[in-house]
Amino acid sequence: MLKFIAKRFAQGVLVLLAIYALTFFLVAMTPGSPFSGERAIRPEILAQIEAHYGYDRPFFERFWTSLSNAVRGEFGPSAVYANRSVTEIISESFPVSLKLGSLSLLLALLIGIPTGVIAAVKRNTLLDYVPMSTAMVGICLPTFVMGPLLALVFGLMLNLLPVSGWYGPRYMVLPAATLGLYYAAYFARLTRGGMLEMLNQDFVRTARAKGVPESTIVWKHCLKGGLIPAITFLGPALAGIISGSFVVETIFQIPGLGQWFVRGALNRDDFLILGLTVLFAALIVVMNLLADIAHVLLNPRLKYE
Amino acid sequence: MTRSAEAVLGAEEDVRRPLEPIEVEEGASLWGDAWHRLKRNRLALFSLFTFIAIVLFCVVGPYFSSWDGEQQDLIRGASAPSADHWFGTDTLGRDLMVRTMEGGRISLLVGLVATIVALLIGVVYGATAGYVGGRVDAAMMRFVDILYALPFTIFVILLMVAFGRSLWLMFVAIGCVEWLSMARIVRSGVIALRRQEFIEAAVSLGYSHRRIIFRHLIPNVIGPVIVIATLTVPAVMLLEAFLSFLGLGVQPPNASWGVLINEGQQNMEIFPWLLIFPAFFFALTLFSLNFLGDGLRDALDPKSARD
Amino acid sequence: MSRSLLKAPLRAVGVAIMCMTLFACGGAGRDRVADAAARDGILLIGNGSEPMALDPHLVTGVPENRIIASLIEGLIAYHPTDDDEPEPGVAESWEHNADHSLWRFRLRENARWTNGDPVTANDFVYSWRRMLSPELGSQYAEMLYVIRNAEAFHQGQIRDFNQVGVRALDERTLEVALKGSTPYFLSMLKHYSFYPVNPRAVEQFGGMTARQNNWSTVENYVGNGPFRLTQWTTNQIIKVEKNPDYWDAGRVRLNEIHFFPIENVRSEETAFLAGRLHITSTVSPDRIPTFRRENAEALRIDPYLGTYFFRLNVTRPPFNDPRVREALNLAVDRQTLVDRVAQGGQAPAAGFVPPGLDDYPAADRVQFNPDRARQLLAEAGFPGGRGFPRKEILINTSEAHRKIAEAIQAMWRQHLGIDVGIYNQEWKVYLDSQSNLDYDISRAGWIGDYPYPMTFLEIFTTGNGNNDTGWSNARYDALIRQAQSSGNEPDRLRLMREAEGILLSELPIVPIYWYTRTYLKDPRVQGWNPTLLDNRPYKYVWLEA
Repeated sequence: MLKFIAKRFAQGVLVLLAIYALTFFLVAMTPGSPFSGERAIRPEILAQIEAHYGYDRPFFERFWTSLSNAVRGEFGPSAVYANRSVTEIISESFPVSLKLGSLSLLLALLIGIPTGVIAAVKRNTLLDYVPMSTAMVGICLPTFVMGPLLALVFGLMLNLLPVSGWYGPRYMVLPAATLGLYYAAYFARLTRGGMLEMLNQDFVRTARAKGVPESTIVWKHCLKGGLIPAITFLGPALAGIISGSFVVETIFQIPGLGQWFVRGALNRDDFLILGLTVLFAALIVVMNLLADIAHVLLNPRLKYE
Repeated sequence: MTRSAEAVLGAEEDVRRPLEPIEVEEGASLWGDAWHRLKRNRLALFSLFTFIAIVLFCVVGPYFSSWDGEQQDLIRGASAPSADHWFGTDTLGRDLMVRTMEGGRISLLVGLVATIVALLIGVVYGATAGYVGGRVDAAMMRFVDILYALPFTIFVILLMVAFGRSLWLMFVAIGCVEWLSMARIVRSGVIALRRQEFIEAAVSLGYSHRRIIFRHLIPNVIGPVIVIATLTVPAVMLLEAFLSFLGLGVQPPNASWGVLINEGQQNMEIFPWLLIFPAFFFALTLFSLNFLGDGLRDALDPKSARD
Repeated sequence: MSRSLLKAPLRAVGVAIMCMTLFACGGAGRDRVADAAARDGILLIGNGSEPMALDPHLVTGVPENRIIASLIEGLIAYHPTDDDEPEPGVAESWEHNADHSLWRFRLRENARWTNGDPVTANDFVYSWRRMLSPELGSQYAEMLYVIRNAEAFHQGQIRDFNQVGVRALDERTLEVALKGSTPYFLSMLKHYSFYPVNPRAVEQFGGMTARQNNWSTVENYVGNGPFRLTQWTTNQIIKVEKNPDYWDAGRVRLNEIHFFPIENVRSEETAFLAGRLHITSTVSPDRIPTFRRENAEALRIDPYLGTYFFRLNVTRPPFNDPRVREALNLAVDRQTLVDRVAQGGQAPAAGFVPPGLDDYPAADRVQFNPDRARQLLAEAGFPGGRGFPRKEILINTSEAHRKIAEAIQAMWRQHLGIDVGIYNQEWKVYLDSQSNLDYDISRAGWIGDYPYPMTFLEIFTTGNGNNDTGWSNARYDALIRQAQSSGNEPDRLRLMREAEGILLSELPIVPIYWYTRTYLKDPRVQGWNPTLLDNRPYKYVWLEA
């Protein structure tokens, strides 16, 4: 087991390095400068600013400097937000996104998994179609429609919940619901698929023939295996929920990480983009590793694949 | 699967329905069995017909309308559905029904083309990796892992900005994001197939690798590939909608459903029809495709339900 | 079988829904945030985007300015009702010589920084030197070029700042020598590029020319304005509270101001309607008719000193032919555009410099005349639009810009028979394309920095960084130069008029409308007067609870 983790970890580090290089090149290639604005800058001033941030150095020197800094955890200042460093920006917004993401994921699991189980057990009946259809709403309407719709109904019309800001638990409900519904659909489908696969196994037929009660079959025997696809997805889902929540953060005014992803890209804020990319990739690598471990624990045969 | 086993399963799943007479099909093939199973999944069937209906609506519909999607009527502005304009008009006075139909053409086209791009890249990549195996396979999949770990938001934005304006480039950019899962699925499928006898036979017969990959392996993984393709189209459409939200999607005066929905959502309370119609078609399409995909997966290989 | 099987999952779903409902209901019937804030004297302002910094020498945008204006005060402050009038700020009185090229400001005695230091004339010398230091890379340094030798210092041609025309005669007297006669100098001084910064704080946290200076973070901020910075949570809120050390603290009626960086227009509007904001930064044009009908007292449409126009790339045929350019201009029905598309009470632009300036009425030359347009186009060799090459309008990504471009596209098609496309580029790429002259027609906007026509007319001189059309006219350049150095106000006005006349006959641009500031304001906010540049002193604003 330990060897397995160590191997994956080493692979993860390689992945991070490769990603860093890839990101650096792509950003350098993209047109647009972080310093351009509606008012033209005089070339001399632009040269000064660029020199300050190291843009005047040759390409590989820049790459090497930024990489060695990154390894030490210093991603530099934001090119656009004058006196904030990338590390500051990330450390301020990451906890917020984490909270929002975790709550949404929890909601998604609470809604998605039971729905998937019911649908699988009651396959091709109304109890399959109706819950699955309801769960699917999450991925059939884009979040930038779902969000304002929920805000309109629960916030403006019924005046039950706040529609913007992040000042306490009540502020988390609508955004978490918007995001959660999206992932609930995926979990529902994955669980349904996983459960179906388990339910079609031979040992299930044997158990039924032996007279084991259906609920025991479903909950004790099939659930563990049935949850595998959902658990595998949990990793990327958590990582995705943190970067992919730009829409929700914009609509509900949440100071999370998602906004910085988009803003960094749109502003061509090189250092910020690099910092965020490394963070995201690291999250994915870690999450995948955890998912793999969980996978192996649930199904020891996989270790040898 | 023998017919008797199928009958037994059928009996178990539909406990309360009387046993249907067993149909004897001459030379039942994989596809015949699949179609049969699909027909029983009523939701999937309904989804299939719905999808076809929507496609027809979008492709053929504009020819039957007297309005042009680009004709502005600034005096009229946004107006509610009426006899003249069944879906109403948007803020520039353009007929919403035609805009919805044309928007559908574009959204569906984006979905289709990007998925095909993803498919082409993913299938060939995955099949090659799975077939060749060993170090090359490991390296190829490492590359996939790396791409998987990239925050796609940043990358799609940068790609769109760098290659900006053309619709076709957008397809490619989106396709480049989506081919990864396709590659993984194809690879596992090929790995499973590789050990089978008919492949060993082909190898010992001296067939070229390319021939084996393209003539023998790929056709046999088509099943899961079709399933995942059907599920990729809605994902692509959602991605395009997100890009429209950011302003990076389809350019004016063309509009996709994503653009229409974005416009509609900004004016939900005062011009609700601007949101309702495009969103309805968008959601319905995604809905049908998702259920169709699920149904296809159940039908083609009910044992394998991994994503 | 079914009941026992489904009990657990159904229970889980039920619990989830119940939790959310309880959560939600716990809040029903609460006081709206805006109401409580109004009672407590807290003004809630929607501020558009997250400020890039709060250092007045490093910023360039309106959202930043709105906040900084509460924290720092310059020599001359904003006037509560009229942007043309000077309001004493740190300077309590001033005098100038006959031709307005030498000014002397007497600073008030009780002006203080929040760290206890008195505000002295030396602070201004230090601050303007900081602005003009090339190492700092301030993007608005050009504003200070009116000062003698400032440009030379900034360009590195002279190294000794003592040669630049600003010096402290004593602790409370500042003398400024200008390059030429500038009667509108007081208006320029209101701009944040002329704001002082506290030398002690700046030196402590990095030095005068350090770009990454932490003096302007929330922990260290030192200002001299009516408010002081108490909280800065990125992307969420910026709080400022009344500064008891401010020399005019007695007049300040607000206790706090909260700025919310809400970028999405719809979210901001939702926040306003849900009672979380008193003032928004903007309002979506599509909503304006609705607000006019249903909530007119909350809708504000104030004139704004800015012009919305298209740039024409005169280096690309057929835009090098003035007849074509004029034809394009004559074929735009600006009134309909403003009434039906922009809908924000804007004025159709018949010239370039907007109305509202003292002694300089806006020009009335650019009209809608489709017949003449067609005639000109035919003369230029494209009768009925035949043979006209396909050109494209470049816009930056925005619904509003798109609508206007689409409307004009339709107008040109209808009246001239030509077919132009529209494409949008993301903001940064758009800026690059424009400055590289890599476009055919490009949407643009220009807001005045101070209330004087020069801030509009000087951008079209040859080689100006903000020209971006490739247009160059020697006579225009000469007129502008003369106007800038003339010592005589009527003379200057005449020269500028003439220059604008040339601009409007050559038409390297298509003026479309003159801006208005449209936004939502809670009627309880008092003292919030419309001004030409949308600047106002917060100390004259209060909330009627």
